[in-house]
Amino acid sequence: MAVEPGEPKGRQGAAGSALATSVEVEGVRREFGSFVALDGVSLAIRPGEFLTLLGPSGCGKTTLLRILAGLDVADAGKVRIDGQDVGEIPAHRRPVNTVFQSYALFPHMSVRDNVAFGLKMKKVPAAEVVRRVDRMLDLVQIATFADRKPAQLSGGQKQRVALARALINEPKVLLLDEPLGALDSKLRKELQVELLALQRRLGITFIFVTHDQEEALVMSDRIAVMRAGRIEQLGDAEEIYERPRTRFVSQFLGTCNLIEGKATRREGLAVLVETPFGELRVEGHGAPATPTPDSPRETLTLAIRPEKVRMSPAGEEGENRVPVTVRELIYIGSETHYLLDAPGGAILTAYAMNARVGSQGFDLGKAATAVLPPAGLLVLDD
Amino acid sequence: MAKKGAKPGLEIRFGERLTPARQAVRSALTSGPGILWVTVFLLVPLLAVIAMSFLTRGSYGEIGLPLTFENYTRLAGFGAFGFDPLYPLVILRSLVLAAGTTLVCLLAGFPLAYFIVRLPPRGKQIALTLVVIPFWTNLLIRTYAWQILLGPESLAAKVASALGLAEAGRPLYPSLGAVYLGMLAAYLPFLVLPLYSSFEKLDWSIAEAAMDLGADAPRVLRHAILPQVLPGMIAGMILVFIPAVGQFVIPDLLGGARTVLLGNAIQQQFGASRDWPFGAAIAFVGMAIVMLGLSFYARTAGKDSEEALL
Amino acid sequence: MRKPSLPLWLWAAVIFVFLYAPIAVVIVYSFNSARHGGPWQGFTTDWYGKLFDSREKIDAAKNTLILGLASTGIATVLGTLLGYGLSRYRFPGKKLFSRLMYIPVVIPDIVMAIAMLMFFSLIRDRLGLFDLGMTTMIVAHVTFQIPFVAIVIRSRMIGVDPAIEEAARDLGATAFQTFRHVTLPMILPAVVAGAMLAFTLSLDDFVVSFFTTGPGAGTLPILIYSSVKRGITPDINALSTLIVLVSVIGTLAGLFFQRPRRSSGES
Repeated sequence: MAVEPGEPKGRQGAAGSALATSVEVEGVRREFGSFVALDGVSLAIRPGEFLTLLGPSGCGKTTLLRILAGLDVADAGKVRIDGQDVGEIPAHRRPVNTVFQSYALFPHMSVRDNVAFGLKMKKVPAAEVVRRVDRMLDLVQIATFADRKPAQLSGGQKQRVALARALINEPKVLLLDEPLGALDSKLRKELQVELLALQRRLGITFIFVTHDQEEALVMSDRIAVMRAGRIEQLGDAEEIYERPRTRFVSQFLGTCNLIEGKATRREGLAVLVETPFGELRVEGHGAPATPTPDSPRETLTLAIRPEKVRMSPAGEEGENRVPVTVRELIYIGSETHYLLDAPGGAILTAYAMNARVGSQGFDLGKAATAVLPPAGLLVLDD
Repeated sequence: MAKKGAKPGLEIRFGERLTPARQAVRSALTSGPGILWVTVFLLVPLLAVIAMSFLTRGSYGEIGLPLTFENYTRLAGFGAFGFDPLYPLVILRSLVLAAGTTLVCLLAGFPLAYFIVRLPPRGKQIALTLVVIPFWTNLLIRTYAWQILLGPESLAAKVASALGLAEAGRPLYPSLGAVYLGMLAAYLPFLVLPLYSSFEKLDWSIAEAAMDLGADAPRVLRHAILPQVLPGMIAGMILVFIPAVGQFVIPDLLGGARTVLLGNAIQQQFGASRDWPFGAAIAFVGMAIVMLGLSFYARTAGKDSEEALL
Repeated sequence: MRKPSLPLWLWAAVIFVFLYAPIAVVIVYSFNSARHGGPWQGFTTDWYGKLFDSREKIDAAKNTLILGLASTGIATVLGTLLGYGLSRYRFPGKKLFSRLMYIPVVIPDIVMAIAMLMFFSLIRDRLGLFDLGMTTMIVAHVTFQIPFVAIVIRSRMIGVDPAIEEAARDLGATAFQTFRHVTLPMILPAVVAGAMLAFTLSLDDFVVSFFTTGPGAGTLPILIYSSVKRGITPDINALSTLIVLVSVIGTLAGLFFQRPRRSSGES
C-alpha cells in the first residue's frame, strides 16, 4: 500500500545539514515461509528526519529495519540511500549503523574497545582512533567507565555504549531497534530526551522502531504506523493522532469512540450521517466525496477522541447531541474519564479536564448529554 | 536471536541473512574442509570396504575380480566344505554379548542414574564427573587391569574359589564372565549419561500423584517413572549396543582365543589370515548392524545424545 | 527432592568401586616391587625410573606425543571451522552431512581402522603415497577427532547471540574479521576444550593406531598391548599410570573449559 508523505506540521526535522541523507523504500516484500512480514512497503524518509516505525509485535517494523541495515534481504523491492540502490551492498559496507534491542555489546571487550571497533575494522590510524573514541565517550557521557566490560554495566550505560559504538562511524542513517525497551520508565524518559537532543545536534537521519506510542509521539518528526506488514498511516504526530485514517491507527494511539452509520447527504464540506444516535454532522478530515445511499461508501465508521466529547447537562437539544447516562466515572486527578451508556446499547467514552474547582456535576447513574462537535468527528477509511 | 516478546513463529531470525551465493561460499570455507576430510578419509574408505567385500582372494593372496557373493555366503555358514556354523555363530555371539552387556548395564545403571538425580546440585556435578572420568581413560589400560583384578592370586579369584565357582589358583579369565565384566565397566557411562538426562527432566508430580492414589513402589515405577525415562533409556541402550557389537579389545584380552566375536574375526582377516575381502564382508555386516541401530535410535530418541557424552 | 536412601548409596558406592577398581589396581601395582606382575611384595618407585631407560618406550612416547599434537592441531582447526559453519550457515545437503558427521563417533573402531587400512593400501598401490606410518596415523586420528571438536564448538555457538555477530557486521567487519575479532575470542574456551578432548582421544586410541601404524611409528598404547599379550609387567603399570594421569587431567581441563559461562553473549 503506497503512502504519500504528508505535509510536516509542527516540529520540523533537523534538515539542512550537509550530512543529511534521504532513504527510500520501494515495494519491499519479505516472507518467512507462509508468513508475510512485509507486504510491499514503500516509504520516503527525509534527510535529517527522526522517523519512527510504530506498531505492535509482528507488524514488520523490525524486519524493515534489518533490511535497511543489510542484515536481511528483501524478497522483492528496492532500498535506496541518497538515491543509490543498496540492495547489492552487504551490511558491512552500508553507510548505516544499528543500535540493537539487546545492545549486542562484545562481552570480551572493554567499553573503549567496543566503541573503537568500527574504526578499527576500517583500519583507521591508531592515534585518530583514540582521539575520536575519547570524543565520542564524552559526547555520550560514558568516559568514566571506559575500561569496564559490558557485564559490569547497567542497562542505561550499555545503551549509551551501543549508541556510541554506532555513531562513531558517522553513519548516514542510524537505525534504532527499540533501544529503550529494557529500561525503567524514568530512565527511559531521560534517554528519550537525550536521544532527541543528540539527533538534533548531529543532524543524522534516525529511524527508530518502537511499540510504545507515547515514545513515538514524543520523539518523532514523523511516524509510520505499521500493522501486518504494511504502513497504515504516515504523518507527523499531530496528524496521526488527530486525524487517524483507520480503526487500527485510531485505537493504537490513544483510544477512540467508534460509531457506525450511513451517509445520507452532503452539505458543503460536511457530511450528514445517520447513526444510532440520530443524525450527526461530520466535518472532520476524511469526509468522503459523494455519499449517496447507493455509493460504495454507504456504511461509514466515524471516530471521535474522548477528549473531544463535551459533557453537558441532561436534556440539551441541538445538533450532534446524544442523551447519555453516566455508567462509570474514573477520577484521575487532572481529568475525569466518563463511560457513558448511549442509545442503542453503545458506550461512549469522554474525557473531561477538571478545570473547575469541585465536582463537574455529572454523577454516577445520572443522565447527561454528550456533545460530539462536528469538527471532532472523522470518517475512517475502513 | 528470537525477538523477545514476539509471538512465537512470527519473527524468525537466524542472524544475518545472506544471499545463496554467499551462503555457499561461507559454507564451503568453514564446513567444507572438515566435511571433505571425513568424506575422503572415512566415507570413501567405508565404501571401499563394501566394494572389497565382493572381491575374491586368490590363492597367492592377491585380491581381485571376479565379483562374488562368496564372502557373504561363507559368513552365512555355507563355506566350501558344506555348512559350517562358525561364522554365523560369531555374529550371533556378538549380538548376544552386546544385548547381554546392554541388559547388565541397564540393571546396574538404572539405580545409579536415579541415585545421581536425587543428589544436591553440587553432588550431581561431582557424581557425573566421576562417572565420566573412567570413560575418557584408555580402554586398553582399563581392560588389561581386569587381568590383574581377576588374576590367580587376586581377591576375586579367592572369593570365587571359596564360593566354589572356580578352581583355586587359576585366573578368572579368559572367560565369558570376564568379558562381561570388562564390557560392563567400559560401557556403563554410555548408558548412565543419557538415562540420567531423562531422569533430570522427569516430572515427579506424576509419581507423587500415583502414590497419592495408592500405588505401591513397583507400580509407581512402572506406570509413572518408566514411561518418562524411556527415551533416555532407549538412547542409552542403543549407545551401548552399537559399539558393543564391534568391540575387539575386551574379548581379545579377557576372552582369549576361544571367544571369537565380530571384532576379533575382522582383526584376524586383516592380520594373520590376510583375507581382506572376507574381512571386509564381516566389517560390512558390523556396519549394517550399526546403521540399523542408528536409524532405530534416530527414530526413537530425541536430540543429539552424543553431545551429552561430551 | 529427598536425598537418596541408604540402599541407593550402597549401590552407587559399589558401582563406583567397580568403575575405578581397574584404574586403582594399575596405579597401586605400579608401585609393586614384585618382578613379574605377581602379588604384592613391597613398595617401590623403581619401575618409573626404568621407564626412562627403555629406548622402546621413549620412542613410543615421542611418537604418541607427536601424533597427539599434530592430529589435535589439525583437528581443532578443521573441527572449529566445521562447528562454526554448521551452526551459522545453511547449504544443500546440510542435514545429511550433519548425520554423517556422527559416523566416526558411533562406528566400531575396528571397522574404521580396517577401512582406513584398506584405503591407504589402495592409494599406496596406485599413487605411491601413504606408506603406513606416522602420516597415516595422523590422518586417521584427525578423522575421528573432527566430529568431537565440531560438536563441542557447535554446542557453544548455540549460546552465542547472533545479534553480536550482526553488530560486528553492521559496524563494518567482513565475515572473516567478525570471526577473528568477535566470535573466536568468545568461543575460545570451547576451542580449548575441544582440543583437550581431541588430544585425549588420540592418546587413548589403540585399535585405529594399531592398524594404521608402520615401522618405527609405534605408539604407547600399541606398546602396552604387545606387552600385555606377553604378560603384564610392573613397568607397564607404571607407564599406564602416567597415561591415565594425563587422561584424567585432560578430561578435567576439558570439562573446566566447557563450564557454562555468565557472559556468553547475552547482554
